[in-house]
This record gives sequence, structure tokens and C-alpha cells, in this order.
Amino acid sequence: MIKAENLYFRYTEGEAETPFALNGVNLEIKEGEFVVIIGHNGSGKSTLSKLMNGIHTPTEGRIVIDGIDTSNEDQIWEIRKRAGMVFQNPDNQLVATIVEEDVAFGPENLGLPSEEIRHRVDEALDTVHMSAYKRKAPHHLSGGQKQRVAIAGILAMKPKCIIFDEPTAMLDPSGRKEVVQTIEHLNKNEKITVIHITHYMDEAIHADRVLVMDRGKIVMEGTPKQVFSKVDELRALGLDVPQVTLVSHKLKTMGYAVSDENLTVDELVAELCRLS
Amino acid sequence: MSIIIKALTHIYDKGTPNETVALDHIDLEIASGEFVGLIGHTGSGKSTLIQQMNGLLKPTAGDIIVNNLEITKGLELPKKQRKKYAAERKKQLIEVRKKVGLVFQYPEYQLFEETVEKDIAFGPQNLGLVESHVKQRVMDAMALVGMDYETYKDKSPFELSGGQKRRVAIAGVLAMKPDVLILDEPTAGLDPQGRDEILGQLKTLHDQEQLTVIIVSHSMEDMAKIANRLIVMNQGKVVLDGTPKDVFKEIETLEAIGLAVPQISYLIRALNEKGFALPDDIITVQGAIDAIQNVLEKRAK
Ligand SMILES: Nc1ncnc2c1ncn2[C@@H]1O[C@H](COP(=O)(O)OP(=O)(O)OP(=O)(O)O)[C@@H](O)[C@H]1O
Ligand SMILES: [Mg+2]
Repeated sequence: MIKAENLYFRYTEGEAETPFALNGVNLEIKEGEFVVIIGHNGSGKSTLSKLMNGIHTPTEGRIVIDGIDTSNEDQIWEIRKRAGMVFQNPDNQLVATIVEEDVAFGPENLGLPSEEIRHRVDEALDTVHMSAYKRKAPHHLSGGQKQRVAIAGILAMKPKCIIFDEPTAMLDPSGRKEVVQTIEHLNKNEKITVIHITHYMDEAIHADRVLVMDRGKIVMEGTPKQVFSKVDELRALGLDVPQVTLVSHKLKTMGYAVSDENLTVDELVAELCRLS
Repeated sequence: MSIIIKALTHIYDKGTPNETVALDHIDLEIASGEFVGLIGHTGSGKSTLIQQMNGLLKPTAGDIIVNNLEITKGLELPKKQRKKYAAERKKQLIEVRKKVGLVFQYPEYQLFEETVEKDIAFGPQNLGLVESHVKQRVMDAMALVGMDYETYKDKSPFELSGGQKRRVAIAGVLAMKPDVLILDEPTAGLDPQGRDEILGQLKTLHDQEQLTVIIVSHSMEDMAKIANRLIVMNQGKVVLDGTPKDVFKEIETLEAIGLAVPQISYLIRALNEKGFALPDDIITVQGAIDAIQNVLEKRAK
């Protein structure tokens, strides 16, 4: 679905040249995969995501989305149709004064017939469980609801892939839960390829694969269990692990027969019950 | 520096069809030197409450007294008589805003200067400090948020990543050296190390300089680690108020109002359901490890 080869990117060329924000990224994301990207502030996550839907094009190397090279400027709308993006701040993404108009914005720009637009809007709102709010004003919604409307707006474009850049950073616990469940649903049931960028380590535990970025490079990757069992390496990269994993790790270091790959409360509880 | 709030009510768009009661008869007293976590779901009134604390919003009813200055004096009077207190109130507000620093939600949207240094210097310059003092304050504030002065001082704030912008915005308020520091979700979007660094720095400022700190946060884990007191809001009211240990025992109440408890609290509860008999007020990783070890050792005997 997404293939990056030897990808380099800097924001400014020439005299006021800035350092490479992406510093040699190689990456392949398969159709239907659920990939989480973690990394310290400024490590290049957002930059990478912006190259994934053609907002920026590579300084060197190439990135191909569903067979289309993003450097191919004529194809930019084809790329945006295939790879949608959802950002951090729910307030900056909603443009219309009524929820359903907001969701219709994308498909309208595609010039689809109005019946098709209607159908897509209803379907998208239904998928994120926001149909009941379709005639409401977005500014009266909670943060989690606003994000789900933003997601519906992307869904209405029928993308194959959605890139989420910290969609939960500004939400309260229930809003986070709503959005995380929505993302997982889109991947599992709607078969959408998901790239999810987050600083909440516990949001990564259901991913197929976790990529860790550091200074413009991918420095670690693997299943959540493989990645999060490397507590010390992650710490050195300015990152963390879920609390349960940390407890497991420390108990193991203290000599108890506990796996350091536990990601959930249930896994650790089962082990501790067996121990005693 | 204490903050006393009496019967505070705030209604947005009063008298219109959009009328919203954001704060509903709040009584609170925050003593000098407390480290308070303010939690509640989106729209529960947290942001409205903290904007009252430095006089950015005028309450619909009620009183706010900051460090013995009654910033709401006379507001309850009819318009004509209110004027009598206007000058005094204005003077007090200026005093209060110097002492009470407020870091807004999404403060990075308020960065506007050409360089990081200029942005952070903006506040101290307005205090009328001499250049060398302003520079010192900028350097200190940047150190506090973990940004190297030489690396970042001449960068444009717009060329920074999201988390880096956040740090600049927080540094701007720290450079004012306030006595009370109120931060609205300061760690949203920061990486784990940045989160720990900034919270650690706030804790140090609090411990060493007797700074009163009030943090609005959605991270229950962070609040468990750092706050001395948690105030929980729902629908414009304070519904729980106590130490994090006591507040996080109320799992059902918190979940019912859209909140959660730290993952550790869920772990402790699940273990207790299996007969581990751990104390039910454990809220940190280290606390959990110690208690689990205790039980395992006893059982091994
Ligand atoms: N518009 C821009 N102009 C110049 N440099 C930029 C710009 N945006 C980001 N950068 C730089 O590129 C690098 C990577 O930034 P990026 O925003 O991709 O990081 P990130 O991993 O998304 O960080 P965060 O976790 O803070 O969101 C950083 O060094 C940053 O300062
Ligand atoms: Mg980013």
C-alpha cells in the first residue's frame, strides 16, 4: 500500500537549508495493516505522514502510495483520495456549520453526483456512530465526537488508507477511547490500512506493527510485544511503555518468572496468579 | 498565594437560546503551595474555571479572592454602582495577572514572534526588565522546558514540531516568574520523556520556589504521579476533591463521568479480585511493584 525507498526530506533548500527531517527512511506498509508510529517530538513522524499523502514530496528517494509515486504532481488528487489524514486538533478540521455538511465537503470536491454524496455521508456517519448528530453544529460536540466527524469526512472519500497524526492528543479519556475504538473498527471491519501516530503507548498494543522513529529514521520495528519488551532502549529514545509492561519488566528484573512482553492487565494478572 | 472561590457561577450566552451553565456554584479554596490536578471530561468547566482565576473571564455570580485581592469586587452590584469599584478592580487585576501565570490549551497557536527567543522574551519585556535580565529569564525558562538555548533561540517557532512549539509556549509563561502557575493540558502532544521532564520541572519549581501549581490534565497516570490534590469536575460542579489515592478509588464514579483511573489502578483491582488483597490506594508503578512483591514473598513462605 505504501512503499518508501531511501526517503530524505528537508523543509528548506538552498542557502537557509534546514537539516534533514527525514534521514533515509525505508518502509513498506501492506494493504490492511495497522501500523503505529511512535517517536520523540521532532523525530519526523508528522513529516513522514505528510509525505505519505503528498503534502510534501521527497528531497531524495521516493514514496509510492498504492502504485502512485507522490512526486507525480498530476496524480496528487488520486493520492489524497487513497490516503486520507486526520490531525490532532479537532477544532481546526471541521469547516462547515452542520455535521453532515462537513462530511460532505470532500465528496463534493470530487464532483460526485448528489445522490452518491448523500449515500456516502450517511454511510460514513453511520460507521463512526455519529448519525444521530448529523444536523448538529460541530462546535457543540465533545472532542471525541468532533474527531469522529473528522474521520467520517475522510471516510466519505472512500480512502484505502488513513493516516492519523495524534488524533487523541487533545481528548479526555472517554474521547480517546471512542476514537481508538473507531480506528480499530475501521481497520478490522472496513479493511482500511491504518497508520496511527501517537504518544500514548497503550494505544499501540493492538497494532500489527510498531515503528519507532528517532531523528528522521526508523530505528526499531516489530510487533507491540517485541518493541515494548525493550524498555531500556525505548527509554533511551525518550519513549515509554504501557504501565503494565513496566511492572512486568521490573518484576522480571527482580527475578520473578514474569514475561516482559505483557501488554494488558489480563496478561499480567494471569501470570501472577500462576506464580503464587 | 492562595485562591478562594465562593459560589462561583458562570453562564455563557446568558439569556440566549445557547445559554450554557459552565460553572454552577463552585466553592473552592486552594492554599499557597498546593499542587492541584484538575480533571474532568471536555466541557465540564475546567477551562472556564481557570480563566476565572486570573480574571480573564468575569463570573456571572460569586467571588474570587486571589492573594487577598478580591478581583470580583462590586461585580454583583447594579451597573451604576459597579463603576465605583472599576478602577480598584482594574489595578488588582493587573497585580493578579503578574502573579498568576496561565498557559492556555494549545498555547502553540499563540506563538507569533519571528524567533523562539523573541517569543519567550515578550512577557518579561512587558514587565519592563532590562535587556540582560530578560535574556537571563529566557535562558532559564528554556532550560526548564528542556530546550537548548543556542540550538533554538533563532529558530522560527513555525519551523518547530508540535511538541517543540508547546515547550516554547510554556517557557513564555515561566519567564514571567509567576507565583501561581496554571496550565491547561500542558503535556498533550509531548513525547513521554518531554512529559516527564516538564512535569518534573514543575514539581521542582513547586518544591523549591513554593510555587502553587494547578494543572488541567487528561492523563490520569501523570496526575497520580505528581498531584497532591485532585479536583474532579462534572457539568460545572466539583464532584470529587481529595488526594489522588482517595480519588482514584472511585473507579465507577470516574468512569460514569467520562474519566478513567491509571492503568495501575485497574491492575490492582483485577489482582484483588483474584484474592491478592493489595491495598486499594496504589496508583503508581513503583507502589504496585512493592505491593506485589510483598504478597509474592509472603506466599512463597
Ligand atoms: N514547517 C517546517 N519548517 C521547517 N522545519 C520543520 C517544519 N516542521 C517540522 N520541522 C522540523 O522537522 C523535524 C521533524 O518534525 P516533525 O513535525 O515531523 O516531528 P514529529 O515527530 O511529528 O514531532 P511531534 O511529536 O512533536 O509532533 C523537526 O526537527 C522540526 O523542527
Ligand atoms: Mg507531529
